[in-house]
Amino acid sequence: MATESVPLEAPVDDELELVTRARTGDTASFSVLLRRYEGKIFRLAMNITQNREDAEDVLQEAFLKAYEHLDQFQGNSRFYTWIVRIAVNQALMKLRKRRSDRAVSLDEQIDTGEDTVVREIAAWDPDPEERFSREELHEILTGAIDDLAPIYKTVFTLRDVDGLSTEETAEALDLSIPAVKSRLLRARLQLRDKLTRFFKRKGDDAFAYM
Amino acid sequence: MLTCKEFLAELNDFLDEKTKLEIRAKLERHLAECPNCWVVCDTTRKTIKVYKGMSACTVPDDVHSRLMAAVEKKIAAAGKDTTATNKHE
Repeated sequence: MATESVPLEAPVDDELELVTRARTGDTASFSVLLRRYEGKIFRLAMNITQNREDAEDVLQEAFLKAYEHLDQFQGNSRFYTWIVRIAVNQALMKLRKRRSDRAVSLDEQIDTGEDTVVREIAAWDPDPEERFSREELHEILTGAIDDLAPIYKTVFTLRDVDGLSTEETAEALDLSIPAVKSRLLRARLQLRDKLTRFFKRKGDDAFAYM
Repeated sequence: MLTCKEFLAELNDFLDEKTKLEIRAKLERHLAECPNCWVVCDTTRKTIKVYKGMSACTVPDDVHSRLMAAVEKKIAAAGKDTTATNKHE
């Protein structure tokens, strides 16, 4: 596997300087930014396109476009929140090409109302994740996310895993703030339901309510 | 007293600590009286926490190599353009 992306919380004070140097053709500076965020962008592209080949194209196109437009990065936001918008646009264009007969939005296959229903009620241990090995836990968490509709997994990943604010998530996905909030709630509740199967306190039975 | 549905509608802001004080007090009162909502709130909080700790995904080696090659090609081409422009100046 290639280098692991650093967490978004890592110091990003150097980004404007890296961008300034990259603009003058300094490949090493651009590589630092690329290594920092390629994992997150690839995951985002996979979440939206649901296809490895398309996700790889989106990853490349996003970084190439970012390089072309580096002069537009002002350093007012993190580099990630800037490039994430480019990547989302590229991913949506991919979807549109795949289904050329109609317009595509991330929001098209939802809102039955059923998915805010809480189905499983059972208390968890204080730190339920400690019952599992790192690999097992990773499998459980990614498996649960993979089951979500693309819009839910994208909103949840940007907001709760990558740490973007509600406003940044709304801007990146071209959604209103209330739309981000309602999709985030659904995503959180659906994931909670799925994880209850693994994390509920031993001996407790889950039951439905609401 | 809030209904469970009303509580659920406020759950996000409550967990993100974005609720106004008077609403927060109502939500806390509901939590103290409704064991089901307490469980939903507690387990949703833990869901967010467990995902926050999830490591960033890694890009497969072959994907990373192709990405680097494409970027280096782009930067080299941009460099040539700049040199050509400078020569004409």
